[in-house]
Amino acid sequence: MTAPAIHLAGVLQGAKATLIEPFDITLPGGQWSVLLGPSGVGKTSLLRLLAGLPCAAQLQGQIIAEDGTPLAPRVTMMAQDDQLLPWADALKNVTIAARLRGERPDPYRAGMLLTEVGLGAEKDRKPAELSAGQRQRVALARTLYEGRDIVLLDEPFSALDVVTRHQMQGLAARLLAGRTVILITHDPAEALRLADHAWIVARGGISPCALPSAPPPRRIDAPDTLAAQADLLRRMGLASPDKAA
Amino acid sequence: MPFAGHRVWRGAVSFALAMAIWQLVVTLSGVPRFILPGPWLVLQALGANAALLWQNAHWSAGNLALGLGVGIFLGVETALLLTLSRRARWLLRPMLVVAQAVPVFALAPVITLWLGYGMPSKIVTIALVTYFPIASALFDRLMALPPGLSDLSRLAGASRWRETLLLRLPHAVPGLISGLRLAVVYGPLAVLIGEWVGSSRGLGHLMLMANGRGQTALMFAALVVLAALSLVLWVVVEALARWAARRSYI
Repeated sequence: MTAPAIHLAGVLQGAKATLIEPFDITLPGGQWSVLLGPSGVGKTSLLRLLAGLPCAAQLQGQIIAEDGTPLAPRVTMMAQDDQLLPWADALKNVTIAARLRGERPDPYRAGMLLTEVGLGAEKDRKPAELSAGQRQRVALARTLYEGRDIVLLDEPFSALDVVTRHQMQGLAARLLAGRTVILITHDPAEALRLADHAWIVARGGISPCALPSAPPPRRIDAPDTLAAQADLLRRMGLASPDKAA
Repeated sequence: MPFAGHRVWRGAVSFALAMAIWQLVVTLSGVPRFILPGPWLVLQALGANAALLWQNAHWSAGNLALGLGVGIFLGVETALLLTLSRRARWLLRPMLVVAQAVPVFALAPVITLWLGYGMPSKIVTIALVTYFPIASALFDRLMALPPGLSDLSRLAGASRWRETLLLRLPHAVPGLISGLRLAVVYGPLAVLIGEWVGSSRGLGHLMLMANGRGQTALMFAALVVLAALSLVLWVVVEALARWAARRSYI
């Protein structure tokens, strides 16, 4: 089963007003699609709708996998808040979804994944004994353990410090390669570092962004990345990014 | 445990100070001993009536343990049932709210009327009084799963039963402990009231007898024993709370 493309079209309707005017985009299968936009624009609502989670906003339109299979059983999600169980150690946190489904957890595989995210020595630590970056690594291992081919990322790195964020982005890019990844973020630099395809989400609709030709994860200090970042900031409403500081 | 000794020491100092003030008040005011005996007299009464106090304390403690056990068991069961079944929630939740408004202590005479002076009426009174705080404190936490964990459960496609077992229950441990804290305060009160309303043994019964015969020191001695009983329960619950905090049930 290859990771499917996702077709997303319609109008995002909030409780009182329209959040996003008509849009029609296709997020390619097996690649990173980034939805970039300011806070409160409805990005998280879109992601929750994709995940089949309860959501205040409504989509008048459709979300379908291009291969025609139902989305919900193929989706997993990682959020800004690591959503770890405080009472369970890293290993048990990685296998929680399997245990919730009533499957027998595979501690060997969970341990391998923890080693892969760099936490081989912290398997039996609880979240309170881990740093914010390490907790997100556990959350990443948990996401990988699910083995789903559609991965939704809801600003998972935005609460981390700059260096940790950079490391996590590289790690996620490497470990989630080959899956259909949908990342929402308000950070143009993150979009440019990770996106195979990117869109700007605004009230007026969802419009594509041009990206540098280098494949992700891109160097954040490459000249074309920096130029693209200035362009994105401009499109997100910052009139003159050079003078903004 | 570097502070354990320190805490015991502080408790002892504070206790000694309270006793000294009590003795001072009695000595300086010259209150007759059948109105307010000093701590020394109470201590003497404790020694002289040790066997009597022990027998009655034994009986009250037994009732208390049984009543607490029944109350806790039923409280936990109710909270779980309400969490697991939407229908039960719909039906029983309003009842629970209304029942909490009833001062259960006021039911003690009726319960004694129905069940007699013996053990059953005491156990029912204690169980009733401890049942509501346990059920409601636990249920509140069981229903307050953080949104992130709720998403996790939904994405995994968990059944309500597994979600309750693996996420809601561990999350609700602090709720159970808050309920227990209330239960161990109300429990000894319920013993006393149950026995005052009608009984033939127990510390409450002994206090009534002593009071009737002007043996105020013995009455105080019985009170001291009951306080010690409450203290034991408190220590157990605090130990449980520390264990939960150590295991990160937060």
